[in-house]
Amino acid sequence: MEAGRFAGTRMMEKHNAETRDTVLVRLLRDRYLRWVEGAILLLILITYITFPTYHTLLSQIFIFTLFVLSLDLLVGYAGLVTLGHAAFFGVGAYSAGLYAIHISPEPLSGLVVATSSAAVVGLVSGALILRTTGLTFLMLTLAVASVVHEILNQAGELTGGADGLRGIEMSPLLGIAEFDFMGNTAFIYSAVVLVVGYLFFRQVIRSPFGRQIVGIRENAIRMRAIGSPVYLRLLAAYTISAGMAGTAGALLAQTNQFVSLSVVTMERSGEALIMLIFGGAGKLFGAFVGVPLYMLLQDLLSRYTPIFWVFWIGLMLVLIVKFAKNGVLGVGTRLLNKYRSRHG
Amino acid sequence: MGTLLSSVVSVMFHGVAYGIVLYLISVGLSITMGLMGFVNLAHGVFAMIGGYLALSFMDQVGLNFYLALVVSSVLVGVASILLERFLYRDLYGGDELEQVLLTIGLVFMAMAAARYFWGPLPQRAILPIELMGQWSILSRNFPVYRLFLIGTGITLFLILWFVVDRTGYGAKLRAAVDNQKIAQAIGINTNLLFTVTFAIGSGMAALGGGLGSELLAINPAYAMEYLVYFLIVVAVGGMGSVKGPFLAAILLGIADTACKYYIPEFGAFFIFVAMTFLLLWRPAGLLGRG
Repeated sequence: MEAGRFAGTRMMEKHNAETRDTVLVRLLRDRYLRWVEGAILLLILITYITFPTYHTLLSQIFIFTLFVLSLDLLVGYAGLVTLGHAAFFGVGAYSAGLYAIHISPEPLSGLVVATSSAAVVGLVSGALILRTTGLTFLMLTLAVASVVHEILNQAGELTGGADGLRGIEMSPLLGIAEFDFMGNTAFIYSAVVLVVGYLFFRQVIRSPFGRQIVGIRENAIRMRAIGSPVYLRLLAAYTISAGMAGTAGALLAQTNQFVSLSVVTMERSGEALIMLIFGGAGKLFGAFVGVPLYMLLQDLLSRYTPIFWVFWIGLMLVLIVKFAKNGVLGVGTRLLNKYRSRHG
Repeated sequence: MGTLLSSVVSVMFHGVAYGIVLYLISVGLSITMGLMGFVNLAHGVFAMIGGYLALSFMDQVGLNFYLALVVSSVLVGVASILLERFLYRDLYGGDELEQVLLTIGLVFMAMAAARYFWGPLPQRAILPIELMGQWSILSRNFPVYRLFLIGTGITLFLILWFVVDRTGYGAKLRAAVDNQKIAQAIGINTNLLFTVTFAIGSGMAALGGGLGSELLAINPAYAMEYLVYFLIVVAVGGMGSVKGPFLAAILLGIADTACKYYIPEFGAFFIFVAMTFLLLWRPAGLLGRG
């Protein structure tokens, strides 16, 4: 009786693990991966040619995609729910802005500096707060973000405080491509950084390290039991994610040539979570679907109902949590699986 | 020396009044998080709606101050039962991410709705004539409104404390916070307990919103703007407790007022730093277990 029940539970657990992981495994191993990646790249190229007047908006989409991708590493893969991810985006944005004003207007070195400073802030704050779990962790992410916000707000002489950081001027990219008003350079620059960021992200997820953080998400106690240093793995994920978020923030500062305090607010962190869940968390391409979808919706809704659009975003969020927990990609996979099971 | 003393007294007084408002609003959140394991980021919505309703009742319907507060809290408490039954219940003790997103969605909806019905500007607080003046105690003047606030808050706190510590309902509540499954197994109807407790907590928040509308101005962004403060009270005080949040709210009220008065150039910086280290030192909060 006892043994039978044990075997039963084990089988059920195995089944659960399989269904939960099939999407991931399929995307990682399958030939479909190359196709999806190719399609996204093609789409980026097509939008460059077909929407020349929207280059600024499109580059914003790429920047937020990179930001949400970095959030996915924590929320989707490592299972760490954070309300303070905007802190790293903000650190990146302000570092890039200050670097351009005070040290050098050269964009690529600015990107490196901003990424490193965000990663350092991630490493230090992560080392402190990753010792906690659950709600306490959630609160601490919020606290860290609030501390960063207050520092940037109060250090007005350096950061411009509530007025934002003005006077960022960039030198041409690689010494040749001037940042123009049409946003052509911004488009190419952010698209290339996004692609590089994605390739790096994919490599991280596919590495043994990536599998370990997924294991920690599923069951941290068992991971510890089989010898995985849980705290250090999570800290590494946290640092990497913070660095990537910093890169995205730096891109925003460099292409907009202006940084406002809104980049470090809780609303920004919440918005990133929403974009992620729109696409689907822990699914590699979630950010690529969720961010354009969210920004498009925001644009459409705010055009038709300038005051009320936030309401519809909120309602959609509630409906997604109630009925479509895995986002657009989750619904897509479900339909695909249904189709496959029906047609062999 | 005299001026320092009087500024300390004044900061303490205003801080306590502010803390009382934070307590009234947050105590329900503490119970929700501790009892049901639910991260309710939309808790501030109850306070915001409570504030709007109370002010509208006074302004448009012509109810008196006290009656408007009671009616709006009861309304919000009853309405919150629907929310609890249809949206929250399935997510109890579940995935934090889903709870966070669902409740952020609700905050968004409430913000937009408030803006739609009441406009983007902060609402002007309305006080009855008897709460407007100053009382002179030991040759110092204290605004009557804040004294009333402190008196009401402490009374409600004592009642809550008594209910949770001394009544059958309180015993069931404490049992369910400690171990929900065992509580259920010995025949406590936890579903009913959850619903009743949730409604009381929401009603208290609505009362806090209305009563404190002069301190925390009622505006469409209210539920987001002050959320951090409500969460600090809960996290620092310890979830699922009635006393912890009281201590935390008073501390936070005084600390925040003191920071704004003595070192305005640092803003809320020290509040957040203090909270970070406090939570690292005691992850379950000041009076929390574990």
